[in-house]
Amino acid sequence: MIEPLLELFFARYNYWMAIILMLIGLYTLIAKQNLVKKLIGLNIFQTAIFLFYISLGEVRGGTAPIYLPEGVDALYVNPLPHVLILTAIVVGVSVTAVGLSLIVRMHEECGVIDEDGLLKEMRHR
Amino acid sequence: MTLIDHLPVLIIVIPILASLLILLAGWWDRRLCYPISLITILLQFGAAIVILLQVMREGAIRYYLGGWAPPFGIELAIDSFNSFILATILLLAAATAVYARRSVEREIGPEKTISFYVLFQLLVTGLVGMTITGDIFNLYVFLEISSIAAYTLIASARKPRSYVASFNYLVLGSIAGGFILIGIGNLYVATGTLNMLDLARLLPASFELATVHAAFLFLVIGFSIKAAFFPLHLWLPDAYTESPSAVTILISTVMAKVSIYALFRIIFTIFSTAYIIDVFPVTGFILFIATVAMIAGAVLAIAQSDLKRMLAYSSVSQVGYIMFSLGVTNQVALEGGLLHILGHAVMKGCLFMVAGLIIYRMGTSRLSELKGIAKAMPISCAAFALAGASMIGIPPTIGFMSKYYIVLGALEAGHWVYAGILLLGSLLAVGYIWRFIEIAYFRDGRDRGSGARTLEAPASMLAPMVALALLCLLLGVFVEGLMEIVGPAASLLLGGA
Repeated sequence: MIEPLLELFFARYNYWMAIILMLIGLYTLIAKQNLVKKLIGLNIFQTAIFLFYISLGEVRGGTAPIYLPEGVDALYVNPLPHVLILTAIVVGVSVTAVGLSLIVRMHEECGVIDEDGLLKEMRHR
Repeated sequence: MTLIDHLPVLIIVIPILASLLILLAGWWDRRLCYPISLITILLQFGAAIVILLQVMREGAIRYYLGGWAPPFGIELAIDSFNSFILATILLLAAATAVYARRSVEREIGPEKTISFYVLFQLLVTGLVGMTITGDIFNLYVFLEISSIAAYTLIASARKPRSYVASFNYLVLGSIAGGFILIGIGNLYVATGTLNMLDLARLLPASFELATVHAAFLFLVIGFSIKAAFFPLHLWLPDAYTESPSAVTILISTVMAKVSIYALFRIIFTIFSTAYIIDVFPVTGFILFIATVAMIAGAVLAIAQSDLKRMLAYSSVSQVGYIMFSLGVTNQVALEGGLLHILGHAVMKGCLFMVAGLIIYRMGTSRLSELKGIAKAMPISCAAFALAGASMIGIPPTIGFMSKYYIVLGALEAGHWVYAGILLLGSLLAVGYIWRFIEIAYFRDGRDRGSGARTLEAPASMLAPMVALALLCLLLGVFVEGLMEIVGPAASLLLGGA
């Protein structure tokens, strides 16, 4: 009973890990009250996607895609997903920066950075 | 190659350079920001018109960036569909740019105008890039450029509420971006390419793969969040209500429309109608949800006590109409849907401009405090009535024409019940539009002190509003010319010539 499940898991374990990480991130986003923790959840979610992309490019026994001199044969990993994810990492960093600066402003104005506290503050104004 | 041949790339490069120039010029003299921004947007609009005419005359343009041929290089692909969207969004961006000057001075403050125009320019750049790119990963990058600019612009009202609205949009928008990224990854695994036309060619061979189904769902859900398709609209009401007026106009018209464009592009160009009808039948489901969206959005709009929030919920309802045409998936309904993309952008832009003017003069947009406002602001309220008539769908406005074609398409496809509900939804639109009209024209307000003195806003804000209101009418009257643009676009989406 358990064997085929383990088989299923280990045959594609990189994707399963990405999915598990992604769900941890989404759970943090939904369940945590503190906005900084929410942002951390968002970062975990994005990291899961980065890992998914990076593991896509892997070729078993492959080497770094560097041009080798004539006559030397090598198996390369696929560099394209890695290049794509560099862009996505930059996007993730910028979103985090914007999010954190919003939290700083909220803290300056209201003195709280959790959801319930902010809702209470909003109602007072 | 002449300059005309390079227009597709210039329309993206010039605004990026302009945003840098605004930053530099702003350090020297803050008053330079506005003219640079306005000139750039007008140049872009001119370029969009030239591209639109060229595409209509000579067919699709494919521009290879740096001369690298796809699938290795990134290409810009402009066909009859996105040249139409491009012209639409730049028309609205130009109107907003004219309107923005006084509104920004009042609502954001003179010391922040430099950053406003830089972000404004970046937002438009991102959206234009999303519209004309032919590479799906490039689409994601431009999406994030525009999103980050939008988060910041929403927060630029600098009130606690706008920070919260911006943060909520940031979280939901980033999740949407993540979903889109996963979808793109899955498509790359299935086909080994990122070029849209290449994808369209290679995908049918792997239509049955679970990877492709997952990619479809991730992409559709991601872009549905971005387009605020009910029930994924939760970020929208706060974001529209709490941002400065000029920003509301820009994101409610331009940004929402580009997200819908991306959804259409993914569904029709990359996955094709064969996929959504035969392989993975979702059209019936989309039609159902779109109908719910039309009704729910309108009912929620009626329940609001704030003008801007009412208009925001009305946007949720109008997205439903456009998605309805996607659900029907035939030529006539799609023509109506594309008309509605233009029509809704024009009329919602006009309505939000009126709301912005009222905030500019009254400092509030609560409906209960606007009694008898038509006496003080006759031009604005007349513009609201005209655009509102278009929103309801009274002939001969553009709103009537687009809904007429959507209903016609639904009847042709045999969806009698849905067509009936759509007409009911239009009746609900009467509910919320008429509420403002009644308050503005037929209720006596408290004496505003200065008697009959009008409180109309400055001409630079009135002009774009009046122009858009007249456009609602003119586009409806001269709809024949528009059909010549929209017709080929709809048949292109359905996989024809």
